[in-house]
Amino acid sequence: MNDVLIFGEIRDGNLKKVIKELVTAGRIVTEGTGGSIDAILVGRGASDLSESISGLGIRKTICVDDDQVEKYSTEGYAKTLSDLIAESSYGYILFGATAMGRDLSPRVAARVGGVMFSDCVDLRFEEGRCIAKRPVYSGKLFVEIVPVGKKPVFITLRPNNIPPAESDGGKTEMVSRPSGVTEDMIRALATEIIPMAGGRPDITEAEVIVSGGRAMKDSSNFEILGELADLLGGAVGASRAAVDAGYSLQPLQVGQTGKIVNPKLYIACGISGAIQHLAGMRTSKVIVAINKDPNAPIFEKAHYGIVGDLFEVVPALTEEIKKLL
Amino acid sequence: MKIIVLLKRVPDTEAKILINSEGSGINEEGVKFIINTYDEYAIEEGLKLKENVGGDSTVTVVCMGPEESTEIIRTALAMGADNAIHICDAALDNPTPDMTATLLAKAIKNNGFDIIFCGKQGIDYDMAQTQAFLAEKLDIPQVNIISEFAISDDNKKAFLVRSIEGADEKVEADLPVIISCNKGLNEPRYASLPGIMKAKRKEIKKLTLTDLDSSGVPAEKDSTIIKWLSLPKSGECKIIEGEDFGEKVVELARLLREEAKVL
Repeated sequence: MNDVLIFGEIRDGNLKKVIKELVTAGRIVTEGTGGSIDAILVGRGASDLSESISGLGIRKTICVDDDQVEKYSTEGYAKTLSDLIAESSYGYILFGATAMGRDLSPRVAARVGGVMFSDCVDLRFEEGRCIAKRPVYSGKLFVEIVPVGKKPVFITLRPNNIPPAESDGGKTEMVSRPSGVTEDMIRALATEIIPMAGGRPDITEAEVIVSGGRAMKDSSNFEILGELADLLGGAVGASRAAVDAGYSLQPLQVGQTGKIVNPKLYIACGISGAIQHLAGMRTSKVIVAINKDPNAPIFEKAHYGIVGDLFEVVPALTEEIKKLL
Repeated sequence: MKIIVLLKRVPDTEAKILINSEGSGINEEGVKFIINTYDEYAIEEGLKLKENVGGDSTVTVVCMGPEESTEIIRTALAMGADNAIHICDAALDNPTPDMTATLLAKAIKNNGFDIIFCGKQGIDYDMAQTQAFLAEKLDIPQVNIISEFAISDDNKKAFLVRSIEGADEKVEADLPVIISCNKGLNEPRYASLPGIMKAKRKEIKKLTLTDLDSSGVPAEKDSTIIKWLSLPKSGECKIIEGEDFGEKVVELARLLREEAKVL
């Protein structure tokens, strides 16, 4: 029960970068328990991708790559993981808090009799127990939570909260393993993935987000935010007011009933700062607010503010940053 | 077709959430409680499915929570749900997802089910675990965070779209299935006045732990919150001054590059 298993998510032939943050989390746990870290990669190309995490202090990477796990299914992946967990002695199983991790982790926890902590932003190990910090009430508060009893502990870790692990020069053993999945076990299967237009990063993964509120007035006006976001390699977000008014799309909504984000730079344009929006972005490292109204609550949470018309300020800011980069 | 919709009573999204004086939870005083926002999409989808399938289909809402949950159950009934099951017992104090799912599974099995709709997560504890625990206990597939739903002509297969990072994932699932709903799936209807009148006569079946036979329900909690934390106070906002917006953006870009070091 001292060992840690981390789940490496494969999407579009790539390993999600949160895996290196999971290794850091794994080290926090194993420094407390004295155990080792193993990784499991499930999906097409698992063996090739295992190279990229070799030498991070992982004892063994288990690669599962057969036809039954080529496409994601909760039940197929849960079978693969729960079989491995049942015949091993992992006390801690870590996932990224991604769409897949949040879907898969509780199902495996339910199957093997684990306890789960969702969307953790920090971990520490004290007096023989793992203390996880996680947001509640959509980020309006945080709690520290600990396991009670001897159940394996499942943790989903939010991306961008703890630093990625650096190589420690050690060797990682690579082993292959069959999924153990047969077709009849899969009653729900992901058949196709349709990328959103725009090719920008997802707001939960982006390092920069340029967000617009009701003051954007029209969906076409979001293009000026898009130009700034593209310049910075970032994503475009929106407030609930902008989504409800039809100016933007639900997957881009930041805040309660949308997504909780944690970029390095968050630029709020024409967003007044309703409590449910603030809950979703207030942990951003640097917050910039651009708003006509000097009394808008967003300025209370921002680090830098410009009182002014976003339709003047944002294009000018884009031009100015172009000069700097 | 037996359609189940899960409900939870949670604080309003607009509510200011503060830690209570004992530091043991939130201060509920003055906080308005509502139907979990995502559950409204679940109710609407359940009602639409019933209208679509017709016949002797029923929508049963299942809610586990304190006595006060009656109010949100009545709202769901007023929207058009046929009847309700309310699992309510003073011994239930912030049950874990495992406990909740075990009890829900018992109630739902007794009632019978073909499809279960729920919200993608409760907007209180934000764990998004109960649906997966319930799916496992009922031995059915799960599809989470869906934004589109359709069903085959023979009512045996669901076609879903779920939101993942930067993409939509198309999923096909066999019934019975549990589906967690996201905002954007539909426009939840309002309760009509006749609906509200009718709701008063609809059955809410109350179940206690004794009624449900609590065998198999974990007796002890498997986790405990040791500390509640408020967010750190944010620092002072630097309002950038200047003759015109041109000057302001030059200064902002400089600060972002030199002081904040994010450019």
